[in-house]
Amino acid sequence: MNISEKILARASGRKEVSPGEIVEANVDMAMVNDITGPLAIETFHKIGVKKVWDNNRIVMVLDHQVPADSAKSAELHKIMRKFAREQNIPHFYDVGFGGVCHQVMVEKGHVRPGELIVGADSHTCTYGALGAFGTGIGSTEMAAVFATGKIWLKVPETIKINVSGEFQNFVGAKDLILNVIGQLGADGANYKAMEFDGPVIKNMNISERLTICNMAVEAGAKTGIINPDEKVMAYVKSRTEKPIEPLKSDEDAKYEKVVDLDVGSLEPQVACPSSVDNVKPVSEVEGIPVDQAFVGSCTNGRIEDLRIVAEIVKGKKVKSGVRFIVTPASHEVYLQALREGVLETLAKAGACICNPTCGACFGGHMGLLADGETCISSSNRNFTGRMGSPKAKIYLASPATVAASALKGEITDPRRL
Amino acid sequence: MEIKGKAIAFGDDINTDVIIPSKYLTTLDPDELAKHAMEGLDPKFYEKAREGVIIVAGKNFGCGSSREHAPIALKHAGVRCVVAKSFARIFYRNAINIGLPVVECPSILEKTNDGDELLVDLAEGEILNLTKNLRLQASKLPSFILEIISADGLVEHLKRRLEKDGKL
Repeated sequence: MNISEKILARASGRKEVSPGEIVEANVDMAMVNDITGPLAIETFHKIGVKKVWDNNRIVMVLDHQVPADSAKSAELHKIMRKFAREQNIPHFYDVGFGGVCHQVMVEKGHVRPGELIVGADSHTCTYGALGAFGTGIGSTEMAAVFATGKIWLKVPETIKINVSGEFQNFVGAKDLILNVIGQLGADGANYKAMEFDGPVIKNMNISERLTICNMAVEAGAKTGIINPDEKVMAYVKSRTEKPIEPLKSDEDAKYEKVVDLDVGSLEPQVACPSSVDNVKPVSEVEGIPVDQAFVGSCTNGRIEDLRIVAEIVKGKKVKSGVRFIVTPASHEVYLQALREGVLETLAKAGACICNPTCGACFGGHMGLLADGETCISSSNRNFTGRMGSPKAKIYLASPATVAASALKGEITDPRRL
Repeated sequence: MEIKGKAIAFGDDINTDVIIPSKYLTTLDPDELAKHAMEGLDPKFYEKAREGVIIVAGKNFGCGSSREHAPIALKHAGVRCVVAKSFARIFYRNAINIGLPVVECPSILEKTNDGDELLVDLAEGEILNLTKNLRLQASKLPSFILEIISADGLVEHLKRRLEKDGKL
């Protein structure tokens, strides 16, 4: 079996499972945020169960609209706080204590190798970077998980992506995953798992692996996953004292298909409006003027991303007329960037530093776009209307490409600065 | 289970940000969400859907975020069923869980025009285009999914199950 099959077999108390089988699995951790949580809570009350199945296995994060940007958002936050109190949920992350839910899940040790984690957010697939099977579900289904701790899942086919070669300078994880999505298409991995392997993946740090698995859903995947190694074990052990039982793909594991990639000649990649699979090398879109550059999100708002951005903009100024919005992915990332002087470097270059939130990435607040404007963003979706006006254009790229573009005021290859 | 309605056609990769834009996600009121369903693609959608319609679409319908507000907005706008070439997985589960029937039919877009009268047989996995007098093959839903849909969603289905087990 491969790692996804092994996790689903363990979670459903079976010796073996194979693709296509439907299993009823026990959920190890369940996560909601301030957009999906209130609806899950309302639905949980409709079911009529008094207590959640296990208060220690639920994580609640306020991240999409924090601090509350409207009275309506404040009401949603109130529903979340009340439920956390009533149900005695210890893992509740309020304004100032958390950040973007997926980053919080990882930092706070709620993601452990070998576990089945469901989140009421599509980017729950991020957790595969630590060898967990993470998958996104909706609010009603989450209400049922709150009540029973169980969920039915179809064991997915797996596409294995083997990556070898050596990245050029300023080319990395984001460029790789955009390239893969461009090749597979927006539904190329629909209902399937994507397992990433090969020397390039093994060389990656945790942050880069999170970027890769985070975007698996943009090819339709149920999860993105990487076999946990010593780097993962060291990271997780530094974050939790809970026991860890990692699982790994067998040598003879079966895959629906295997894709081999070499990154040696990979250019920085850009996903053009208005679908994530509309991917082009930066050389084909260089020179397109931008009104806004955004660095942040669960895809690319970590300390490693901010360091690269700081390296590029250090001692320089953002092009006049460009809003450069930087949103650290979590409170911890924010503090670390503060300590290292990264925030000072960015602010001196003209960046507007926001508090940790999903913010502009999902078009909630903190940097929305007007009719006819163009944004280059380190986030994960460029759909029509995603970041404000349906008449705005969004290009997705790596933090390095976004930073270079902010300096020049147009889409720019970071290797040529 | 049979569902009848006029077709409204959309293309491929209709994502949840266009089904219901994020700026409306601060409400939990289904009727309020319904008023903004699909407004970026068709500002008159809500008006058209009131009479009870069937959405027909291409591949990967409902891709993007996990927001359940998307199928809720469609259902409360008057959408009785979505027939698409294929669905994104989270939307597919969400739709079933809130009692909005979803059916996969590879040839639906080629064989249907806006305004055609359709009759969908969920149990048989069959679609009749009454306007063009065509019979189209669709995927058959597994019986446990049909049970959820006929209970108008997962909440009622789960309540029945928990009551039966004496857990409510």
